Amino acid sequence: MIVTRGLAKRFGSVLAVDHVDLDVREGDRFGFLGPNGSGKTTVIRMLLGLVFATSGEIEVLGRPIPARVREVLPKVGALVEGPSAYGHLSGRANLALIDAAGRAGGRRTRRRRVDEALEQVGLAGIDGRPVRKYSLGMRQRLGLAAALLRAPRLLVLDEPTNGLDPQGIREIRDLLVRLNEAGTTVFLSSHQLAEVEQLCTRVGIVDRGRLILQAELSTLRPVTGRVIVRSPDADRAAAELDGQVASRDGDQLVVTGTDPAALTTRLVTAGLRVIEIRPERSSLEDLVLELTGPGTDRIDRGAGQPGNHPSPAAGDVP
Amino acid sequence: MIRVELVKLVRRPRTWASILLLCALPTVVAVFIAVTHVAPSPGQGPALLSAVLSNGTLYPAAALALVLPIFLPIAVSLMAGDAIAGEATSGMLRYLLARPVGRSRLLVAKLISVIAYVLGAVVLVAVTGYATGAGLFGTKPLLVTPHGLAASNIATSLSGTPMTPADIAMRTLGAVAFIGASMLGVAAIALFLSTLTDSSLGAALGALAALITSGVLVALNSAAVVSPYLPTKYWLAWADFFREPILWRNIERGFAIQGVYVVVFVAAAWANFATKDITS
Repeated sequence: MIVTRGLAKRFGSVLAVDHVDLDVREGDRFGFLGPNGSGKTTVIRMLLGLVFATSGEIEVLGRPIPARVREVLPKVGALVEGPSAYGHLSGRANLALIDAAGRAGGRRTRRRRVDEALEQVGLAGIDGRPVRKYSLGMRQRLGLAAALLRAPRLLVLDEPTNGLDPQGIREIRDLLVRLNEAGTTVFLSSHQLAEVEQLCTRVGIVDRGRLILQAELSTLRPVTGRVIVRSPDADRAAAELDGQVASRDGDQLVVTGTDPAALTTRLVTAGLRVIEIRPERSSLEDLVLELTGPGTDRIDRGAGQPGNHPSPAAGDVP
Repeated sequence: MIRVELVKLVRRPRTWASILLLCALPTVVAVFIAVTHVAPSPGQGPALLSAVLSNGTLYPAAALALVLPIFLPIAVSLMAGDAIAGEATSGMLRYLLARPVGRSRLLVAKLISVIAYVLGAVVLVAVTGYATGAGLFGTKPLLVTPHGLAASNIATSLSGTPMTPADIAMRTLGAVAFIGASMLGVAAIALFLSTLTDSSLGAALGALAALITSGVLVALNSAAVVSPYLPTKYWLAWADFFREPILWRNIERGFAIQGVYVVVFVAAAWANFATKDITS
């Protein structure tokens, strides 16, 4: 759905994007991660033909960008760097204008498309208030509704859950999964790593303009070799497993040098109760922090360059 | 897209507020003149004002003369300067282009919406002028002379032709068209600046700065070499419609120079906008 080859963009002396080879396949829920200022938004703008690449090629839906944007973009829904709207108009009027812009999708069915999009994002009962009176969350939902007009095949979403409360985040995640199951490919950028972990099937990680990793999410979260056990008899379990307990947090133990099956047998044989037992996996957060430097919004004293690379906490890596 | 832009223009409070202000100034002036019956003597003050006391149907042209030096260029610069930069500031530019609206199409739609605004504003000022003028002043016969207008009672010494209502209407239409064209030149400059910056105020002020510079140079004798090519040089030539015979020379030059400004600056706006990285 999205292929880039050697994509690069230079703004003056700054190389914002450096040789990025993206590969997003049909049906993916692709998470695009990286610190602030790492070039995510520039890549997204290039995919939409807003910013012209310095070098490299882009293909979206199998067509070259920006040469064939006219054929591609009608099938793409986008949310770039936050939602926008005309503040003096109502949400409905804004969607109608956006829908009418470009090659119009037919005037007679416009009202229905606007209503459907509003319904999908949970704004079905919206009144005639002007958008400037909307809350941040409502604006975000309106921006998503604009992206969903005309049922796109590909959604390109920059921070889609920004400004939403936990319920809103859950709703939007469910919506994106539903759309994805109905055949829409979802490409989203986010800082919310836990979000991405729950939603995405594949991820790409950028740092300082370079794509440093692109893979299936499942392969990125390897088992660490340790086992997590929760037990109401945690004290006795810790004594039983003396020397093998790496850390303890309330009724939860992290145990080394064993596997879940052997550990279960051992605890049960000792007459201890077990609530939960599972292999430990490294989190996406650990991985991203390990692979990427600080964002360009961090300016350390003395250095003209962004700050030092934070080393992963020693205890996190087995 | 043209329809969308016209809808946006009409639904925008700013459009109507600016037109209201443009129409208010001539109305206020008309009321003062009608109450005091003191008009500038011929040859002094804004053109035609001396004649309107005799014939109110001339007031549309006089109204345009009142807003032409400052009000109208400011309003046109603000609207045209906002065309692209305003969309960039509101963040809608990226969504319009990602819809997709072709960049050339968007620029053409903006241009047409600006033209609609300019012509709408000029025509509405003229219509308001006619209403106030015909209501407040008489319609005594006027003479039109090689030097301009004169009320028939005071200008007996001048050789002139009496003007019929149809004659006044035709000349006024000519003046409306000429002033509209002059404002299109302003609009083209502001539109070009609007594609350069993301600040609509910056674009509008830039266009006004260009006009002020042009005005200063036109008045400067030592700049006579360039003055025929300056945008404001022939702005006042519309008054030549109210001479007998009509002095076509400056009117033609005025239309031509505005045409050149429109073509050059719209082309520059297009060249810049079509290849620009949209980072707003």
